[in-house]
Amino acid sequence: MTDTESEVAPTPALPPLPDEELRVEITDKVVEEHGLLPEEYERAKAILGRVPNLTELGIFSVMWSEHCSYKNTRKLLRLFPNEKADKNSLGQVLVKAGEENAGVIDVGDGWGVCFKIESHNHPSAIEPFEGAATGVGGIVRDIFTMGARPVMLTNSLRFGSLESAHVRRLFRGVVHGISHYGNCLGIPNLGGDVYFDESYEGNPLVNALCAGILRHEEIKRGAAKGIGNPVYYVGPATGRDGLGGASFASRELTEESVEDRPAVQKGDPFMEKLLLEACLEMMSIPGLVVGIQDMGAAGLTCSSCETASRGDAGIEIDLDLVPQREEGMNSYEIMLSESQERMLVIVENGREGELEEVFEKWDLHAVQIGEVKTGDRMVVRHKGVVVADIPAKSLTDEAPIYDQPIAEPARVAAARDWTPEHLKDLQADEVGEALTQLLGHPTIASKRWVWSQYDHMVMAGTTVAPGSDAGVVHLAIAGIDKRLAIANDCNNRFCALDPYVGAQIAFVECMRNLACSGARALAVTDNLNFGNPNKPEVYYALSHCVKGLAEACRYFDVPVVGGNVSLYNEHGKGAVDPTPVVSMVGLIEQAEHVTSSFVENGDETLVLLGGLPTELGASYFLQTRHGLKEGKVPEVNLAAEKALQDLLLSQIESGRIAAAHDLSEGGFLVTLAEMFFQDGDLGADLSLSSLGPSGRLDTLLFGESQGRVIVALKPEHLEAFIAAAKDLSVEAEVLGSANREGSLRVSLADELLLDVSTVSLLNVWEKAIPEIMNQS
Amino acid sequence: MRVAIIQFPGSNCDWDAWHAVHDVIGLPAERIWHKSELPSEVEAVIVPGGFSFGDYLRCGAIARFSPIMAGLHRFAENGGPVLGICNGFQILCEAGLLPGALIRNSGLEFRCLTQCLEPVDSTEFFNKAKLGERIYLPIAHGEGNYRLEANALAELEANNQVLLRYAGDPTEGFPYGNPNGSVNDIAGVRNLAGNVFGMMPHPERVVAPYHPCLDGIGVLKAFFAPLLDAQPVGLAG
Repeated sequence: MTDTESEVAPTPALPPLPDEELRVEITDKVVEEHGLLPEEYERAKAILGRVPNLTELGIFSVMWSEHCSYKNTRKLLRLFPNEKADKNSLGQVLVKAGEENAGVIDVGDGWGVCFKIESHNHPSAIEPFEGAATGVGGIVRDIFTMGARPVMLTNSLRFGSLESAHVRRLFRGVVHGISHYGNCLGIPNLGGDVYFDESYEGNPLVNALCAGILRHEEIKRGAAKGIGNPVYYVGPATGRDGLGGASFASRELTEESVEDRPAVQKGDPFMEKLLLEACLEMMSIPGLVVGIQDMGAAGLTCSSCETASRGDAGIEIDLDLVPQREEGMNSYEIMLSESQERMLVIVENGREGELEEVFEKWDLHAVQIGEVKTGDRMVVRHKGVVVADIPAKSLTDEAPIYDQPIAEPARVAAARDWTPEHLKDLQADEVGEALTQLLGHPTIASKRWVWSQYDHMVMAGTTVAPGSDAGVVHLAIAGIDKRLAIANDCNNRFCALDPYVGAQIAFVECMRNLACSGARALAVTDNLNFGNPNKPEVYYALSHCVKGLAEACRYFDVPVVGGNVSLYNEHGKGAVDPTPVVSMVGLIEQAEHVTSSFVENGDETLVLLGGLPTELGASYFLQTRHGLKEGKVPEVNLAAEKALQDLLLSQIESGRIAAAHDLSEGGFLVTLAEMFFQDGDLGADLSLSSLGPSGRLDTLLFGESQGRVIVALKPEHLEAFIAAAKDLSVEAEVLGSANREGSLRVSLADELLLDVSTVSLLNVWEKAIPEIMNQS
Repeated sequence: MRVAIIQFPGSNCDWDAWHAVHDVIGLPAERIWHKSELPSEVEAVIVPGGFSFGDYLRCGAIARFSPIMAGLHRFAENGGPVLGICNGFQILCEAGLLPGALIRNSGLEFRCLTQCLEPVDSTEFFNKAKLGERIYLPIAHGEGNYRLEANALAELEANNQVLLRYAGDPTEGFPYGNPNGSVNDIAGVRNLAGNVFGMMPHPERVVAPYHPCLDGIGVLKAFFAPLLDAQPVGLAG
């Protein structure tokens, strides 16, 4: 705030609010209950030049909540590159992060891809089914609001240990909610990632991603332009559900949070499907729609002031015209309701009939509730009087911005100097058991229980189904010969122990997953899930994760085109582990370049790229074998990673790679086994040359060193492949070959370490989650 | 247009069906809104999958009252070929065009996978000789548990009205066995006259090289056989 602002002469007060229950004095307590700090309230008063009434206070509180204003993260987010440095490469950013509901990138031939990830963590903790369902609904609206036809969904989910009956209830409810909502919309859900870790006990993370496609010229803006243009409300009527959801999402969960259940919205996927089709039909009429914005967080409040702010105009709405499904709603409730599946649409003056005709066809409400005005104010009327009169930009752009103090968490310092010396190395006869333990850990085990509940094949474009390194859809629906790939990543253990490197690992692993699938990475959407930013340890992790991620984005010239920040993820024992979920979209131009992680023939030669694993710290092996969540996080070498991915893509594109799978959770043996889980009749006979630089068996077989990939090649391509690896200075160790005997045999020099049937491992991996979930 | 694909509010496999019929089978097809009349030139109708009217009340229960249904009844009674897929199958059962009902899966959860099925020797075109002993088709439903009263079931079987059964040894895991608890492992049936087909699996999702297999083409061709045989030389989609 500048001094001149505070000197503005007092403005006369608005008339009393028409609803008596709202005529309360704005005391310190009322301000506090709205989650506003005293200095934030002072700033609101200075902007208005008077004391706000309760409806206005509610409007400020939701718009200046972390969820809507990013007040604790805005500065950090500026570190992300929001466009490509190389202006000649594919994937130029057409709509940047923060400009609109979602970012858009170019994928060639006049087509764009619009995508974004968003969290619904708090609602899902209280009401897992509705919380997760409406999370899907919200992100899908963000995509079709831009004019895009949604073509894929994924999710990034985090839960506590499945040993807890409460966590099982949350897990089941969240998956049911996503399944219920997404299946009805008819958008293929390609799965995503699911981790189980005690840090998420009581505060699960539910991040939902949607991607859609559109022509460049079809991109729609959420701007109120053209003085006198009518403002329409479309979709179902407003109720009292989800009141103040954005504020609710911006504070810590407590034992009493269950009383906030009214802040959780109720979703209706059928209504959303109608809205989706009606909006796309309306937007296909040339020149009709001037601006459009969904009523998501902060509902009518957010959509009105954001469209006015973007359009550099004023907006005036009359709440008496808003369809309402409950009697006697007051202005505070109507403005703050987060009833689902609603949109605000601004159309060209005089063409109202064209909009109304479309919505009549789909049996949906379409009501004019206001119009675009000159000036800069959002004016709200109810029962004949002005109930709010606020400069629109003050709500969207003038929220206070904070830098929080930071302090390095003790576990980060401890991890830096960690070595495994004090741990007894694994013996050769323990290898099978250690592998089985890892394959049965819910984070590593098959997620079929999850994704078989999602319709992952609707739209008939799914080319690589869930369970491989990345999901791939063919864009046949648009009649174009391109394939879109998607991968999500974030290992919380790494981020907890080294936030900077952990976030970089999320990035490089995500990109590596795309490369293993034959996809060239284009852009990122991220979801920053952290605890309370006022805690210095939390803010340390947040800022280091962002810095690490930003460096990786710049190095690979992969911009961030949007995303979401979810703070205050805390419960009981403290904050969740830092979880900066990275989701990356990639493109596969040709059908024959689509590559999965599964060995298919049984005669392939297997090669390990990137060298033998050398680091054991922060691994799942330490968790399952020693009960430890500690250790030095594996190093990231961006240059080596780039060489590795260049090799993968060039060799996939020259037809030499039959399958590829990168080393991640569980290390070398888990990766190897997973490559044979499509067809249990196949196996492999492999031999490792030495223990490698670590000199430890556990590290070699189960360490999670980065930049390692196992590729399967037709034997006739081996020579050319090895030469190509040499050219790029990528270490390549020939391991042996696949067999059709259904046995996995691995030896070290002459000692047999593992001799097990593929099917027995497959059963452990496949049955782990169903067996846990069947117990309650 | 020779094939009409009915679009109800909530249909979501209408584009997929259109693509398979139009681009792969090569029959001119159009999507027809449920409030319209069924065009008189139509030679076959697909009732596609999805969640018509949100599956509120019961799957297919509201769709059967849509304006287009009167015309569909007349079309079917006159021997016109009708194929209901997934939600379309549920609608045809609710409308009384096919026997039986589809209730919640026995496991209570939505199931999506590429399922092993056994074609039954049901018609001149729909049989093992044309389709194979085992085929694989995607399923994606929460309410595919086929139920029929005992006498009617015996009649259905006696008349060879079963088109497809879920197949394979369930102890082998996915994609074998009965995924939803359907009586007699029934995945698809036809009416007595042999012109109205209904099935829970989605043949339209396995017709292109990037799909898990191409078994859907044979199933669609078996349904469209009367049209394909009558197709004038030189006519293509």
